[in-house]
Amino acid sequence: MLRIADTFIVENPRTVDEALEILKAYTDRARVIAGGTDLLPNIKHGLHAPEVVVNLKSIEGLREVEIGSDWIELGALLPLHELATHDELAAVVPALVTAAGAVAGPQLRRMGTLGGNVCLDTRCVYINQTHFWRQALGFCIKKDGTKCHVVTTGKRCVAAASNDTAPVLTVLGAELEIVSPRGVRTVLVADFYVNNGEKNNVLAPDEILTKIRIPRPSATRRMAFQKLRIRDAIDFPMLNMALAFDLVDGELKSPDLVVSAIASRPRRVRRIPEGVPDEALIEAACNSAFRVVRPLTNINGDLVWRREMVKVLLRRAFRDALGE
Amino acid sequence: MKRLLSLNVNGQPYEVAARNNHSLLEVLRYDLGLTGSKQGCDKGDCGACTVLLDGEPVLSCCMLAGTVASSSQITTIEGLAGPQGLDSVQDAFDRSGALQCGFCQSGMMLSARALLNRDKNPSDEAIREALGGNLCRCTGYTQIFEAVKLAASMERGEAPDYVPGASDGFNVLGGRHRKADGHRKATGAAIYTDDVVLPRMLHGKILRSPHAHAVIRNIDTRAAEALEGVVAVLTGEALPTLYGVIPWTMDEQALCTDRARFVGDEVAAVAAVDEETAQRALDLIVVDYEVLPAVMDPFTALEPEAPVLFPNRKRGNLTKRVKLEFGDVDQALSDAAVVVEGDYLFEGTAHAPIEPHAVVAEYDARGLLTVTSSTQIPHYVHRALARVLELPADQIRVIQPALGGAFGGKSDPFGHEMIAAKLAMMTRRPVKFLLNREETFFTHRGRHPMHMKMRLGADAEGRFTGLDSNILIDGGAYTSFGLVTTYYSGQLLTAPTTFGTYRFDSSRVFTNKPPCGPKRGHGSVQPRFAFEIQVDKIAAALDIDPIDIRRINDLGPDTHTINGQRITSNGFLECLRVVEEASEWKQRYGKMPYGRGLGVAGSTYISGTAYPVYPNEMPQSGVQVRLDRSGRAHVMCGASDIGQGSDTMLALIAAEELGIEPDKVQVTSSDTDLSPVDLGAYSSRVTFMAGNACRSAAQILAHRVRSAVASEFGVPDVQVHRAAGRWFSVKDADKNISAAEAFQIGEAAFGTLGATGGYNTDKTLGGDYRGGTIGASPAYSFTAHVAEVRVDTETGFIHVEKIWAAHDCGFALNPTLVEGQIAGSVYMGWCEAVMEEQSFAYGGPNPGLLRGANLLDYRISTAVETPEIYPFIVESQDPNGPYGAKEAGEGPLHPILPAIANAVYDAVGIRLDRLPFHPSKVLAALQAKAEN
Repeated sequence: MLRIADTFIVENPRTVDEALEILKAYTDRARVIAGGTDLLPNIKHGLHAPEVVVNLKSIEGLREVEIGSDWIELGALLPLHELATHDELAAVVPALVTAAGAVAGPQLRRMGTLGGNVCLDTRCVYINQTHFWRQALGFCIKKDGTKCHVVTTGKRCVAAASNDTAPVLTVLGAELEIVSPRGVRTVLVADFYVNNGEKNNVLAPDEILTKIRIPRPSATRRMAFQKLRIRDAIDFPMLNMALAFDLVDGELKSPDLVVSAIASRPRRVRRIPEGVPDEALIEAACNSAFRVVRPLTNINGDLVWRREMVKVLLRRAFRDALGE
Repeated sequence: MKRLLSLNVNGQPYEVAARNNHSLLEVLRYDLGLTGSKQGCDKGDCGACTVLLDGEPVLSCCMLAGTVASSSQITTIEGLAGPQGLDSVQDAFDRSGALQCGFCQSGMMLSARALLNRDKNPSDEAIREALGGNLCRCTGYTQIFEAVKLAASMERGEAPDYVPGASDGFNVLGGRHRKADGHRKATGAAIYTDDVVLPRMLHGKILRSPHAHAVIRNIDTRAAEALEGVVAVLTGEALPTLYGVIPWTMDEQALCTDRARFVGDEVAAVAAVDEETAQRALDLIVVDYEVLPAVMDPFTALEPEAPVLFPNRKRGNLTKRVKLEFGDVDQALSDAAVVVEGDYLFEGTAHAPIEPHAVVAEYDARGLLTVTSSTQIPHYVHRALARVLELPADQIRVIQPALGGAFGGKSDPFGHEMIAAKLAMMTRRPVKFLLNREETFFTHRGRHPMHMKMRLGADAEGRFTGLDSNILIDGGAYTSFGLVTTYYSGQLLTAPTTFGTYRFDSSRVFTNKPPCGPKRGHGSVQPRFAFEIQVDKIAAALDIDPIDIRRINDLGPDTHTINGQRITSNGFLECLRVVEEASEWKQRYGKMPYGRGLGVAGSTYISGTAYPVYPNEMPQSGVQVRLDRSGRAHVMCGASDIGQGSDTMLALIAAEELGIEPDKVQVTSSDTDLSPVDLGAYSSRVTFMAGNACRSAAQILAHRVRSAVASEFGVPDVQVHRAAGRWFSVKDADKNISAAEAFQIGEAAFGTLGATGGYNTDKTLGGDYRGGTIGASPAYSFTAHVAEVRVDTETGFIHVEKIWAAHDCGFALNPTLVEGQIAGSVYMGWCEAVMEEQSFAYGGPNPGLLRGANLLDYRISTAVETPEIYPFIVESQDPNGPYGAKEAGEGPLHPILPAIANAVYDAVGIRLDRLPFHPSKVLAALQAKAEN
C-alpha cells in the first residue's frame, strides 16, 4: 500500500497557543492537520515531508456556529458535515450549506473541516499522483521539478483551487481570523488566495486559521452554488461557482460571481449586469463569465466542454438563486 | 519513532505502541489484528476502511492513529455484532445477498449503521447519500439498498421472517439462502490475503519501469542490498523462464531481464523487514535503461517502421489475426435491402476490484512452498509457479483465501506471485506483497480497447442476411488471454440473433501499455456494443420496432449458430418479453418527450469453455464430498469463490442431495492441497461445471445412504426420502431418522462415506474448422436489457434512470445470488458506458504513462448516481446444466452499453459510437446534430 512517509512526529496541542509554539519552533518544517483528508494523501504522494504534524483537532473549541444579527461566526474546525446539515445556516447562507454538502463523500465531510476546505491545497492531474508516477512523467514546478505539464512554457504553477466553499465565502464577503505569535489578523477571503499553484494562499507557516466570519446577508440577498462533477459524490469539482445578488423589487442589484476549479485562485467575474433578471440579463452574465473563464488541463475533462459549462452552471445558479 | 497510544476500540481499551506515521487503519489491522477494516485505494477514495469514530463514519486510512483522542470510541466491523449475534445491519446484508466479495462491506455496513442510528426509516435518497463514500464493485448497490431497508424494518419490528424457501420439487434449491461465507463476511472475520500475517514475515516491493519501452542494460542492486533491514533483492535473471496463462503464447517474465515494455513493468524486487524499508531500498536500485521509441496505438503498431516489442517474433507486433467467413458475405450484403455501417471504439477499462493484488509466500524446511494469493485461478498459478521456479508441482501449495473482487483481473498468473515465492525461498522467511492501487492498475489485464467496423445487412422484412466485422484489438504489452480474446471478438456474436452469412477479421496487436486480458464478458462486450447498435440502426432504417427486429432474427433453442456452436436451452424471447413488459416499452418507446428515451439490446455468453486452456482429458472440475457421523457434509472443490457465491452453490447442491440444511455443509475450496482441481473462476464456468461435479459426488453418497437406510427401514430404496435434516419413509411416518443417524447407518454399511465427482465437457462441441472450438461452450446464457435515460441536453450528462435486465440463467439455484450477479453486471457495464476510461498521456513527455491510476481519477460509480436496476430471472432449464442452471455472472453485463446508446438515440436522436459516453462527447454530438 501507499505508506505515509515516516518523517514526522505528531503533536496534539490543547490550545491554539500551544499549537502556535510548535509551529514557531519548527518554522516551515511543520504541517497542521485537522481532518487530514487533504494532507495525508498528499504526504502519501510525497508532496510533503514535514518533521512535525500539528493536530488542531486536539484543541478544544473552534467548532462554534454563532449566528448573530450582523455576523455569522464559524469555527475553523467545524466539520463540513455539520455545516452541510445545519438548518439555521441553511436559512441564512444556503449556498454555503450546499457547497459544504457537495464536498467529497459522507466520511470525508465528517473528517474534513471548514477551515481545512478553505486551506485546501491546489490540485492538478499531474501533481496528485504517486512519487513513481510523477517521476515517470518528470517532476513539475509544484514539487521536485521545474516544468509545468499544463502550461508547458509556463514558469508558474497553475494547479487549481479546488475547494468548494471558497467561491461561496468570497461572494459572501467572508473574512478569516488568523492567529500567529504576532497576534490576530483578519483577511478577506477575497484577498486570501493568490494566483500561485505552489501555494495559493497568504497563510504563513506560523499562522493558524481559527475562525470564518461572514457578514450576515440581508434579507434581499440571494445566492447559489453550482458544482460540475461526473459522480454525485466523492469527486472534486471540474468547475464550481457561487453567485450572489440582491433582489429588490424584482431588480437584481450588487451581483457577485466567483468561479473556481479553473486556476490557482477562485476567479471573480465582473461585468455582471444589474436590472431585471430576465433572459437577456442572464445571457449577458453568461457571456461575461464565458469570456474570462478559460479552463486548463490541470483538471480532467474536455476543455471546450468545461468552458461551455460555465454558462450552463451560471444559468442554473440564477435559477436556484431566484428560487425558480 | 513510536509513541504509546491509548485507543478505545469496540468498547475495549487498548495500549499500543505505534509509529507516528501510521494511520488508524494500519494500527487497527496490523497492531490490533482487527482486519475487518480494509485497505482498498490507499488514500481515501473508496471507503473500504470506514470505521465509526464516536458514531460517525470516517476513513481510517486518512487518519493518523496518533491524532485519535483516547476518549474517542472507535467501532469497527468486529464490534458491530453483540452477544446476541449479528447486528440487524449485518443480518440484513447477509439475507439480502449484499455480501458478494465482502471486501467493501465492512465499511459499507458501518456507514449503514450510522445512518440507521440517526434515521429509523431512511428514504431511498438518504440511503444513497449515506453510502455515497463507500464504493462497491460487486453489487451495483442494488441489494445493499434492499439490505439497509430490511435492517431498518427489522429494527422497527416490521421485517418479514427469514424463510429461504425452495423451488417446487426441491429441498433447498431455488430458495433465497444466505451465503455459505455470509456470516464471516458480515462480521469481518473472513480472511483475505492481506489479512494473513505470519511470524518472521518480510514485506516486498517491486521496482517498476518508468519507461514505456526500454532496454535494460544493467541493474545495480548493491546499495539496496546494503541497506539495513533489507533481506533480499531479486532481479530477472533469477526467474528467466517465460510463462503465460495460455501455453502457446508464453511471453511474460516475473521480472524483465532485457527489456521493459510498459510503464509499470516489473524490473526488480526487494524483501525487507517492513514496507517502508523495502520502499527505501527500491530507491537505491540503479537501472541503466536505453529508452526506446514506444508504440501507443494499434494502428501505428502495425506499420512497417513501428517499434517492435518482441524483436524475435516473426509477425512483428501482431499477436494474433483470426479471419473466418461463413457463407458469402459480400454477395449477401450486395443483395440486402438495407446495409448499415458503423465504426465503433471501445476504450480500455480496468476491473478495479476494491481489493488490490496481494500475495504471501512461505517456504518451509521440507521445501514445501505455500503461496496464498488473491487469485481466481489457483490451479493455473500452481502450474506457473512450478514452471518458473523450476520446482516439482508436488512441492507447491496454492491457497486462495477470501477474495475482494476479481472480475477477470486476477485470472492470470502474475509476476508478484513468482517474485514472492522466489524471495521466500531465498530468505526462508514468509514474504508478503501488497500492491498499491496504482500497481493494481499497472498489473491490469483489463478490457481490450477495440476499434470495430461493422456492416450489417437485412432484407426488407428485417431478416439479417450478412454481417461483416473488422476489429483491431489493442493488446498492450503481453499476450495474456489475447489468443482467446481475438477469437471471442468474433465467435461470440452469433447468438441470440442469427444472420445468413458472417465474416469477421480480428487482429490483436502489442502496444507499450499495461497488458490487457479478460474482463467480465471477455472479448465480447466490445463487439456486442457495436453489433447491438447496428441492429438498432437497421430497425430504424426499416421502421421496425427494435424489440421486434430481435424477435424476427431470434436464433431459438436446440440449434447451431452459423459458426457451428451448439445451442441447447435459449430463453432469449422470454427475456425480451419480460423487459418489454416491465419497461412499458410498447406504450413509451419512441413516444417520450425530447431528452427521454428507451433502448434495448440483447446478448449471449458462454457457461464455461468446452476446452481447458491447456489440453488434457481430465475433468475440468472435481469435487470430493465426505459425510460425517454428526450429519454434516464436507465439500472440497478447487473452484474459486470470488464473491459470486460458488461456495454457496456447492453447499446448496450438497444439501439438496443429502437432505440436510445448507449450514450443515462445510465447503473447503481453492486450496490445491485440499481440494480436487477445478480450473478456476473464469469464462462463467463454475456453476455449470463444479455444480455438475458436486451433484455427481453427492448423489453417489445419497444413494449409498439411502440404500443402507432402506435396508434398516425394511422398505424399497425409492420409498426413502430426505429433507430438512431428516431421512424418512414416505409410506410409514414412524420410520423417520435424523441425517446423522442416516449417515451412521450408511457408514456402518459401506464404510467411510466419501465420494468424488467430476465434470468434463463433451469434446465434440465446436465448429469443424481451425479455431472452431474457441467459443464452444456446453451451454449459453441469454440476456435482454432495456435502459431508460434522460439526457441533459445542456450539459450532455446521460442520466440512466432505470435498467430492466432479464437474464436466462437456465435455473436459479439461489435467486438472490443470481439477481446479485445480474445487478452487479449491469452496474459494471453502466460504469463502462458513462465514466470508466483507461487513458494515457498521449503526446506528453511520457506517452505510456497511465493517467489517473487511482480510484479518484478512474471513476467507478457511487451509490448516489447508480441507476435503479431491476433484475429479472428467466429459466429455460438447460438439459446439461446442474438442475438446469447456466451462467449468470458475465452475460448480463453485455447489453447495457448498447442499450444505453440506443436509448440516447431514442431520447435525442444521436448515435454514440465511442465509449465512454462522457458528457462532453454527448454535448458535442448534440451540437453537431443541431448544426446539420
